[in-house]
Amino acid sequence: MASVLECSLFEVADALASGRVSSREVTQAALKRIVESNAKLGAFLKVTPDGALDQARASDQRRARGARLSPLDGVPLGLKDLFVTKGIETTSGSRILEGFIPPYDGTVVEKLKAAGAVIVGKLNMDEFAMGSSNENSAFGPCRNPYDLSRTPGGSSGGCAAAVAARQVFGSFGTDTGGSIRLPASFCGIVGLRATYGRISRFGIVAFASSLDQVGPFGRTVRDVAVLLQHVAGHDPRDMTSSKRPVDDYLASLDEGAKGLRIGVPREYFMGGVDPGVEKTVRDAFEVYRSLGATLVDVSLPHSKYAVAAYYLIAPAEASSNLARYDGVRYGLRVESGGLKDTYAKTRSQGFGPEPKRRIMLGTFVLSAGYYDAYYTRAQKVRTLVRRDFDEAFRVCDVVAGPVSPTPAFRLGEKTSDPLQMYLEDVFTVPCNLAALPGLSVPCGRHPQSGLPVGLQLLGRPFDEGTLLRTARALEREVGPLPRPTCV
Amino acid sequence: MALSLEEVRKIAALARLSLSPEEETLYAGQLSEILEYVRLLEELDVSSVVTMTHALGDGESASLREDVPLPSLAPEIATENAPASEAGLFRVPRIIE
Repeated sequence: MASVLECSLFEVADALASGRVSSREVTQAALKRIVESNAKLGAFLKVTPDGALDQARASDQRRARGARLSPLDGVPLGLKDLFVTKGIETTSGSRILEGFIPPYDGTVVEKLKAAGAVIVGKLNMDEFAMGSSNENSAFGPCRNPYDLSRTPGGSSGGCAAAVAARQVFGSFGTDTGGSIRLPASFCGIVGLRATYGRISRFGIVAFASSLDQVGPFGRTVRDVAVLLQHVAGHDPRDMTSSKRPVDDYLASLDEGAKGLRIGVPREYFMGGVDPGVEKTVRDAFEVYRSLGATLVDVSLPHSKYAVAAYYLIAPAEASSNLARYDGVRYGLRVESGGLKDTYAKTRSQGFGPEPKRRIMLGTFVLSAGYYDAYYTRAQKVRTLVRRDFDEAFRVCDVVAGPVSPTPAFRLGEKTSDPLQMYLEDVFTVPCNLAALPGLSVPCGRHPQSGLPVGLQLLGRPFDEGTLLRTARALEREVGPLPRPTCV
Repeated sequence: MALSLEEVRKIAALARLSLSPEEETLYAGQLSEILEYVRLLEELDVSSVVTMTHALGDGESASLREDVPLPSLAPEIATENAPASEAGLFRVPRIIE
């Protein structure tokens, strides 16, 4: 038979339920695939075969007893290396946390374990989730499985690459300014950033606390819906987590696109988008039209200010969050005379260039005399960005457009110019500023390069159900991409 | 605005970073470029716009709980990742002579 790894998560869950395959077999296949492909791909920072096989055995035993099991039971998954995992090193892609063995599991990890998922390891990422190409990882780059000379996108590059390369059936990442949607688009899979407050952030290494949110990656929309279903919900350990009931995401998944009003922001098509990306995205609009959806012209007039506002707010919050890495409680310590020098030496050796740059920028914009001119102004612009979406959602159900101006770019292409890298986030950061859910679903391949192109769908707060349904309608027509052949 | 090397050193001191001379020059240039870009926001009149101070949605509020003690990490577990610890306490360099 074709490798079980070609199955979607939903299909493998079915194969497990019917007894056609055991979790042990599936997990061994995944581990073998990781061993064979990870040197080329760089998706995993750490693989935990012993723990994974123990979890697989426990799952098979539960099944043998006839217990009622979740669809995740016995299914191998991966986690971005910023989910704290009890007893398993968690680095957040940084030397400053090298060797940190968390003494507890975060909420998402607890929920996945309770659902019986098999955690096979920790995935590569930009250091502290700061980056759009995964090249800021302190532990080496991750590559795009569709073209190994290109980046998988960032910051959750390992999450997307591992799922696309059939190393795991799904993964979890975080999205502060596009870090789920961009790699999902570049690697040709589905990635969803949930609404701020939908998934608990307890036990996740913080980058920018008003923008960070968790979300799943999968090869199909249904897989992403199932993964989201298992981690969404209130958590008393995260005061920003919402008490709203969680929708049944599978119930409305196959309702199709008929009657949907899809908002097309004119500002997203005013130049600057690669023509091949634009054509692929516009073709998807035509698919929706043919399915009975209505395309609605909408305006998001403050879109052009979003990157500037984001790169003031996110570094400001980061400079505060990263103050905790001081060489006292965990991670690296570089002793140097007194306490103050120890702090400075520890942080200078432990942080890579991008966190240092953002800490510096954030410290500056929060400093006396500059706070109002930069930080307060950015937060006011954030209000304007959010109001744009409030207006748009009066006349449409989802907003659709490109995820990024270009398909996956080459490693090294943008590393020398931070501002150019930041501008890669032009279409993704508005969602974070407005605290909305967002998703990337494959909509085709770039006409010249053949690289995957994702369609971005943004929804009303807590309306992940409509996003998934809309994405599923397109997926039924254009299908998931064929597997990458480079790895 | 352009940041001088002196300003970069002041920011680094506030952020508890000790930068090499090469880093100071690099960040002076890069941060100046980013700050020049964000001047884009000056085009907008935001005098009557309210500040977005949290990311929770309409009708959502931070969920507080009763102030009751819950189990937490034992000191010996909380300190096991510390670069230096002793008897469940974090050891730090001397700060008082």
